[in-house]
Amino acid sequence: MKSCGLIINPIAGMGGSVGLKGTDGQQILKRAIEMGATPRSEERARCCLMVLSKIKDEIELVTPRGSMGEDLALECGFKPTVIGEIARGMTSAEDTIRTARLMKTSGVDIILFAGGDGTARDIYTAVGRSITVLGIPAGVKIQSAVFARNPVQAGEIAMLYLKGRITTHVEAEVMDLCEQDYRRGILNGELFGYLKIPHERNRLQRLKEGSSKEEIYEQEAIAHHVIEGMSDDIIYVIGPGSTTSMIQKKLNIDFSLIGVDIIGQRTLIERDVCEADLIKRIEGRSAKLIITPIGGQGFILGRGNQQISPYVVRKIGKENIIIISTIQKINRLHARPLLVDTGDSDLDEYLSGYYRIVTGYHREIIYRVAS
Amino acid sequence: MEIKRGSRLRNFHQAKWDEEIIFELSNEGERGILPPETDSDIVESVGGVSSLLPKNMIRQLPPNLPEVGQMRVLKHFLRLSQQNLGADLNIDIGQGTCTIKYNPKINEQIARSQKAAEIHPFQDEDSVQGALQIFHQMDLFFREISGMDRFTLQPSSGSHAIMVMASIVQKYHQVRNQEQRDEVITTIFSHPSDAAAVAVKGYKIITIYPDEDGFPAIEALKKAVSDRTAALFITNPEDIGIFNPRIDEFTRIVHDAGGLCCYDQANANGILGITRAKEAGFDMCFFNLHKTFGAPHGCGGPASGALGVVKQLEQFLPVPIVDYDGKKYFFRFDLPNTIGKVRSFWGVFPVILKSYAWIMSLGSEGLKEVAEIAVLNNNYLLKKITEIDGADSPFKGGKRRIEQVRYTWEKLYEETGVDTHDITCRMCDFGFHLWSSHHPFIVPQPFTIEPTESYSKAELDEYLDGLRHVVEEARKEPELVKSAPHKSVVHKIDESWFDDPEKWAVTWRAYLKKHRLKKKKSCEDK
Amino acid sequence: MSEREKPTHPYIPNSSPKVKREMMREIGINRIDELYEDIPERLRFRGEMNLPRPLRSEQELRSHVEKILSKNQTCEENISFLGGGCYKHYVPAICDEIIGRAEFLTAYAGEPYEDHGRFQALFEYQSLMAELLDMDVVNVPTYDWGQSASTSIRMAERITGRGEALISDTISPDRLSIIRNYCSPAMEIKLIGHDRDTGQIDIDDLKSKISRTTACFYFENPSYLGFIEEHGEEISQLLHENGSLVVVGTDPVSLGVIKPPAQYGADIVCGDIQGLGNHLYFGGALAGFIATPDEERFVMEYPSRLFGIAQTNVEGEWGFGDVAYGRTSFSKREKGKEFVGTAAALWAISSAVYLSLMGPKGMRELGETILQRTGYCIKRLKEIEGVAIRFDSFHFKEFVVDFSKTGKRVSEINGFLRGEKIFGGKDLTQEFAELKDCALYCVTETHSKEDIDKLVDAVERALS
Repeated sequence: MKSCGLIINPIAGMGGSVGLKGTDGQQILKRAIEMGATPRSEERARCCLMVLSKIKDEIELVTPRGSMGEDLALECGFKPTVIGEIARGMTSAEDTIRTARLMKTSGVDIILFAGGDGTARDIYTAVGRSITVLGIPAGVKIQSAVFARNPVQAGEIAMLYLKGRITTHVEAEVMDLCEQDYRRGILNGELFGYLKIPHERNRLQRLKEGSSKEEIYEQEAIAHHVIEGMSDDIIYVIGPGSTTSMIQKKLNIDFSLIGVDIIGQRTLIERDVCEADLIKRIEGRSAKLIITPIGGQGFILGRGNQQISPYVVRKIGKENIIIISTIQKINRLHARPLLVDTGDSDLDEYLSGYYRIVTGYHREIIYRVAS
Repeated sequence: MEIKRGSRLRNFHQAKWDEEIIFELSNEGERGILPPETDSDIVESVGGVSSLLPKNMIRQLPPNLPEVGQMRVLKHFLRLSQQNLGADLNIDIGQGTCTIKYNPKINEQIARSQKAAEIHPFQDEDSVQGALQIFHQMDLFFREISGMDRFTLQPSSGSHAIMVMASIVQKYHQVRNQEQRDEVITTIFSHPSDAAAVAVKGYKIITIYPDEDGFPAIEALKKAVSDRTAALFITNPEDIGIFNPRIDEFTRIVHDAGGLCCYDQANANGILGITRAKEAGFDMCFFNLHKTFGAPHGCGGPASGALGVVKQLEQFLPVPIVDYDGKKYFFRFDLPNTIGKVRSFWGVFPVILKSYAWIMSLGSEGLKEVAEIAVLNNNYLLKKITEIDGADSPFKGGKRRIEQVRYTWEKLYEETGVDTHDITCRMCDFGFHLWSSHHPFIVPQPFTIEPTESYSKAELDEYLDGLRHVVEEARKEPELVKSAPHKSVVHKIDESWFDDPEKWAVTWRAYLKKHRLKKKKSCEDK
Repeated sequence: MSEREKPTHPYIPNSSPKVKREMMREIGINRIDELYEDIPERLRFRGEMNLPRPLRSEQELRSHVEKILSKNQTCEENISFLGGGCYKHYVPAICDEIIGRAEFLTAYAGEPYEDHGRFQALFEYQSLMAELLDMDVVNVPTYDWGQSASTSIRMAERITGRGEALISDTISPDRLSIIRNYCSPAMEIKLIGHDRDTGQIDIDDLKSKISRTTACFYFENPSYLGFIEEHGEEISQLLHENGSLVVVGTDPVSLGVIKPPAQYGADIVCGDIQGLGNHLYFGGALAGFIATPDEERFVMEYPSRLFGIAQTNVEGEWGFGDVAYGRTSFSKREKGKEFVGTAAALWAISSAVYLSLMGPKGMRELGETILQRTGYCIKRLKEIEGVAIRFDSFHFKEFVVDFSKTGKRVSEINGFLRGEKIFGGKDLTQEFAELKDCALYCVTETHSKEDIDKLVDAVERALS
């Protein structure tokens, strides 16, 4: 019998309703409650559970105690297996992390979590990519790609996954905004890591248009194309992302998934560099920058690759920027442009325009980048 | 949800016979048809199989075909046909980009005659002057329609014509020692074969994505061209229905870079007699006879692609072409740089013949009228569909659309969780097809409607009533829509079978091996 | 007498003035031309297309087209011995009946729900062909044999990762031309010779040309020239030992009596189904099939649609759909994964009906009677002074007649036969250098003993 874990972050989303941005940090949370905020994530999670209850007799539902899952599960007609202990009253990030780890060791097939980017970050800290997860969107800050479009869809994907109808996964970014900046109205995201979520295959398979390929297949094709075009007298600065790290995988060299690496002559020069070291390395050398969009909004610079600072970009030069992306990622933009946000608005302006983007082996597209 | 009696919607139910697979109808000894027996004198003279075949080439076990009596075979396939929704039976405007229009029955009747069906392609030219005349006349017709200088009717379909154009492009550059030109430019809203069929010839494909208004930008094209550009392959208007008004600038830029310009005219239905390949600056173009020119789709073929080129490219065409010397029609094989053959024999004659008759029925004025009314119908639907709360036409470029529109159910999906596939399945319950879009989906939750000129206003209104009704159901009874179809031939299909090598079965015998025998085995184990 | 107001064309209902005005009003336009306002004037075609005067009445249209067609002479009015890839076999009435049904004729790309019939009919076609070919996967057909051979060869390239195709030099020259165009620049092609007397593939030549870059060897059996290749097993062994694939093009009509290629080692089988229940149509009723074993490495390489069977959410109910394939590992050799589009589905439905009617016994009887009639024709022609049968092998349906010792050209002989209302065999003089003054004759179940005797008699007189 398949089992599904459910973790609800009961305080997620509360801030938004009273004009506060997020509820990270006990201070803000207290403020939100004082202002009359009520927990919303339970309500969103309920929508999801109602869909899942169609198969409630075929699966085991594993939840933490009380408001983090047990209460809602019982309400929705489940007989949940309860694990772990939590302190009554206000729950914290530690509770999420601990419970997720417990679920993993007890062998659940998928963990559903209701919350926002903060909750996603906690799940990542707890289990990384070792187990399949899916987010029920309930927070205010949703920049991560690990969430379903809405609670109902989360329930449907989970159901299909548990029934064995979805068998493939995709790696999705966990983003988190810098708290203070966000509250000052500045969106300054950071790539936190990658989680493994079910890949909802598109049901309308029309071979006329070419098969629906796994994203990993596309990434391999792109990597082959890029590698084919590499010269030995150029060093390559590789930005974060699973598409970019595929290049190093294909060359059998080390890589950092969320950091910036430098390679040259098909070997690793330095892994996970900071800005200072990056500047040192490219000084006096011919360098190219290989980057891929991060997160669902389509940012190619400014969302998790801050090491690639305006100085670095200017040094390398616009004409030496190679953008790569799977076509699935591009199409999810629905014709909106790719975005740059380096912090230097002149540079952003300069970088805007049309680029050739590598999307496969001997396949490129022309796409617009805007600031 | 009850159908309001004011609406035109039908209380439809498709035929459902629950018909077995033909193999399940087999009964030992039954015969469907008897081949003629061999004259006894011949048998005496040459003997039987064992004397006429080498021992090791004689088939030992007969093929495991079913044995079914004649009437039952007829009944079986007739029942299958009843479980199929041909354009003749429904308001087939929901298969956008396919141009499903009326296929006149007179053309079917003519094509069935022996004078069309019983001629062999290797007969002497003087014995098939009628067929050759049809080929030649079609060449002349298409020159008028497109402005190109010479047409071949050899390609077997639109996608095939694209591959042929790519072959011509390749030969052209080869002859000029420009083989470093290995890139072809296309747009994402052109037909997918404009990339795939071209890639067969080894080209790298650069696909231009549109700006938010729906148009591919000139700046984007400039980024794509270089001294490696072999050609531009583009559909105009594109599959979303928008006409690119700067198409002649596009062709000029590509020409300046040394490339050829190839026009995919799959979407010709709205522009016949209105705008042509020639004035837009193209070197080649093709038409789909089984779409625009009234020949039926046949469940997926036969089809035919009429491919035209400017004078300088005639030398590269596949051979033969058909010419007329004032007295007789004849084949010409003497094209100096021909790419050879792309299809056995001369072309898909029955389709070409039906299209010939279709064009002869309409004439130049009629073709223009076809275009105008197709566009009128489309813009009428555009207005009405965008008035439906939940539907929208993305891309705001251009005031009008040409012959089709790609819409989106995105808003409805956000509100109700009902997606484009669900709506397609529910539309089946009222006797309608509704197609989403080519993959990949750039427009979210897409659906594409192409009315053509064939349907009356009352029918368009009936289809609109269908859409409105299903949208209302999506809001009031979403479960009904998500579990559709309910009045079609079968219920929701378990698609997991199609991706899993352990489960997929493309033939009955594969199915038996994987599923029945396995089951038997496990039963025996118990 | 008043001018007859121009009537609305029957194919364009909304062009009737009243409805047209109504719709224009609803959109808010006064002139139809406003619909094209996005097209700049410089791109507008303001001329007239110089097409013939339209025949708006159905009666005149029919009369006009039939008049043109009446210039054709048919293979019903004449006895035809033409073959070479397009064959006169008997088409059962029920075949025409079924593909004439509007529901099949005018359907296209609906879902496997409302178009369930089409999916089932094509699934059954795939299944019936699978039995005939003794293979587990068959595609929804492509344009013709030339295309299916080309795609099969490219599939072999993708599967093996090797870029060279060896091809027998006795295959149809037209198909070779199609293959050359389709497989370039991706692949190299080398031809393999044959024995001058028997036509059989020259195995020594094959041995000398097989290499580590060989993806496959393609040959046709029965050959384009009609003889039966007997060394399939030996050939397959050679290729397989080298890690290469065997691709065989065959005539499905022969497979009721002749061993299907799968049984002598073929990995990919292709051919044309025109002979299975489809008319001549001047070469326009072709449809190419591809068949392989049910292994992922093959299935994943088909560019065509493959219809599969599946359960629905109702117990015991069957549905169909496209068998999709998820690629899990990218291989650089696959530049150009080919394409799929509208091809030849309706002819496949006719073939499904044909095979259902014929059954195993019918196919065997058909094969046998063709062998016998062919054998009889060969025997009688051999008896004519100066006439020889070129290849000393067994034949199915077609054979090469050598007139070189008669002193007459094929064109002269065929010219004479025309006067007797006989279409003689195809002149091979231009196609094969060694077959000057030879003709390819085709005999099927539609040729009676009288027809064959008439031919022999006419040839005798042509030569005297």
